[in-house]
Amino acid sequence: MTPRHETSGWKNPGWNVWGLLPTHLIMLCTLIIPIGIIILVSFSTRGPYGGFDYVFTTAPYKQILFNEGWSGELEFNPQYLIVVGRTLVLATVTTLICLLLSFPVAYFISLQKASLKVVLIYLVTLPFWVSMIVRVYSWIIILGNDGVIEKTLRFLGVIDDMDSLLHGDFAMLVGLVYSYIPLMILPIFASIEKLDGALVEASHDLYGSRWTTLRRVIVPLSQPGMLAGSILVFVPCLGAVLEPMILGGGKTMMMGNLIQLQFGPARNWPLGAAISIVLMASVLIFLLWRGLRAVRKESRELAA
Amino acid sequence: MDRNSPHRQGKAVEIKGVSKVFGTFQALKPVTFDIYENEFFTLLGPSGCGKTTLLRMIAGFEQPTTGEIALRGANIQGLPPHRRRVNTVFQSYALFPHMTLEQNIAFGLENVGWEKERREARVADMLRLVHMEKFAARRPQQLSGGQRQRIALARALAPEPEGLLLDEPLSALDLKLRQAMRDELRTLQRQTGITFVFVTHDQEEALDMSDHICVLGDGEIQQLGTPAEIYEEPSNRFVADFIGETNFLDADVVSVEGERATVKVSLGMTLNAPQKKAETGRPAVMSIRPEKISIPAQDGQIPMEGTIVGVNYLGGYTYYMVETGKTKLRVSLRNSLSRSGMFEVGQPIKVSFAADSARVLGA
Repeated sequence: MTPRHETSGWKNPGWNVWGLLPTHLIMLCTLIIPIGIIILVSFSTRGPYGGFDYVFTTAPYKQILFNEGWSGELEFNPQYLIVVGRTLVLATVTTLICLLLSFPVAYFISLQKASLKVVLIYLVTLPFWVSMIVRVYSWIIILGNDGVIEKTLRFLGVIDDMDSLLHGDFAMLVGLVYSYIPLMILPIFASIEKLDGALVEASHDLYGSRWTTLRRVIVPLSQPGMLAGSILVFVPCLGAVLEPMILGGGKTMMMGNLIQLQFGPARNWPLGAAISIVLMASVLIFLLWRGLRAVRKESRELAA
Repeated sequence: MDRNSPHRQGKAVEIKGVSKVFGTFQALKPVTFDIYENEFFTLLGPSGCGKTTLLRMIAGFEQPTTGEIALRGANIQGLPPHRRRVNTVFQSYALFPHMTLEQNIAFGLENVGWEKERREARVADMLRLVHMEKFAARRPQQLSGGQRQRIALARALAPEPEGLLLDEPLSALDLKLRQAMRDELRTLQRQTGITFVFVTHDQEEALDMSDHICVLGDGEIQQLGTPAEIYEEPSNRFVADFIGETNFLDADVVSVEGERATVKVSLGMTLNAPQKKAETGRPAVMSIRPEKISIPAQDGQIPMEGTIVGVNYLGGYTYYMVETGKTKLRVSLRNSLSRSGMFEVGQPIKVSFAADSARVLGA
């Protein structure tokens, strides 16, 4: 006799395809098609009054690296490459700073009693309830001329006068770390929480001091959370717009602004699209690299 | 307390008036006893009796509410776990999943500062001791329960602790493996000469492996002695009930004469048997083990008439349920002496027991 569940609708192969249709449709309409359009735009020609014409060309990609001279010769121009480089460096440094700051916070929260934990986790997520623009603007008050930091330093007599902390890589870094650090704290906290308490006891039992236990047991075992947090911080940092716009001033740009600039004031959609594709490709390469590393590590362990 | 074990040397662990209160719950009333060097010592009791709490206090994971603990004569009160020269085998084994087996075993050695060569030699020795040489580079996730158990033992024994604490280490294993691990644990203890403090709720395990057993119940010591003492001379009803099987018969104490008491048993007879804590005029129970009742009755023993109401054939033994009056007695008979099926349900039978093999226990 055939068990009932094998003939029921859930196991029907047709249902497997049609049942998932809504999901596939959403993915298609909101992800695949738009990306396709952007790829198309990135290979098209800039229109005379903004917009674009469907005339195939690789010019936008060339434009990322080269300037076209009067006679059509290509001249290397690193201006966009510098933006890409700055974006990668800032995203990496932001991720590292977030990692360093988040671990102690997450560990501290995990040591509290259950009722306090809930409150502390709520406090970590609290900034998300306020508009991102407002939060980033508030850093102007802190970092800016006559801002909180400058006033405090002057009051303490440390300095007489100082250059503004605003409008530069430092201000952007502060803004980025501030904006994305909760995305690092939460997964690390989850990782530490999942950690088997007996392992910590075993470490103490085997003559491991608190420091040894932290270094050799707790930190290595919360690596999945650190990895997840790193991706959650690094990827949006690559596309950050607000922080460079508000805190970086007009002088220092990141890829997010560059794209926005091309689609907006510069009216060069194909170039904007090409930069977007480069950004997306670099994110994909980064994630693939991490994924492959994880797979390779796993197979190494299985082979052992 | 008579502790004339051949293993008896110095004191390894001294428990002096140690008690533990969690909030308003008294997990352990003040207890005092010693654990000697090079013995297999078992803390035995039902769940919630305080045995694990006591073990965790020796390890340093819990602090006693009162009293103090000494290790080889030195007070270790207030020392954190990593400053106590005892190692624990955890119930869940708690092997580090991000380390190979070698690294797991070397962990404690690194923390106490052994140099590389000595460390590597010790790790190899330990792997050999638990027959896991081939698995050195594996990770705990790739092992079976019994193999993890062995590595947990190797890891805890590697730093040459002054005592090894085992927290129900066999409870996660299946029956067959558990049996084999018992022998292995006993052998390991003899080979290493390290004092083992073993916590279990399994009385059979305790009887099988231990040099001494401390029976805990309701947060206090019920009895401390060798396995034979605890089985043959239970000090109270709790111990007689918890260790092995027994028949309890209500009894009234007629008189107490030193180590013995004269009692009138509910079955009608009056007899004189060894006693513990019996008081004249107070109710007591008489405990008689199933294998101490003769079936059929033997001359010179106290006879009882009854009917067989149940037969359980268990291979080596057959258990008979004999009803005499209002009481049902469990009687066991080794099948090598008489063919099974010799007695049948419904058959009238005469059984007997010697007064000396019964125990009168005060409430």
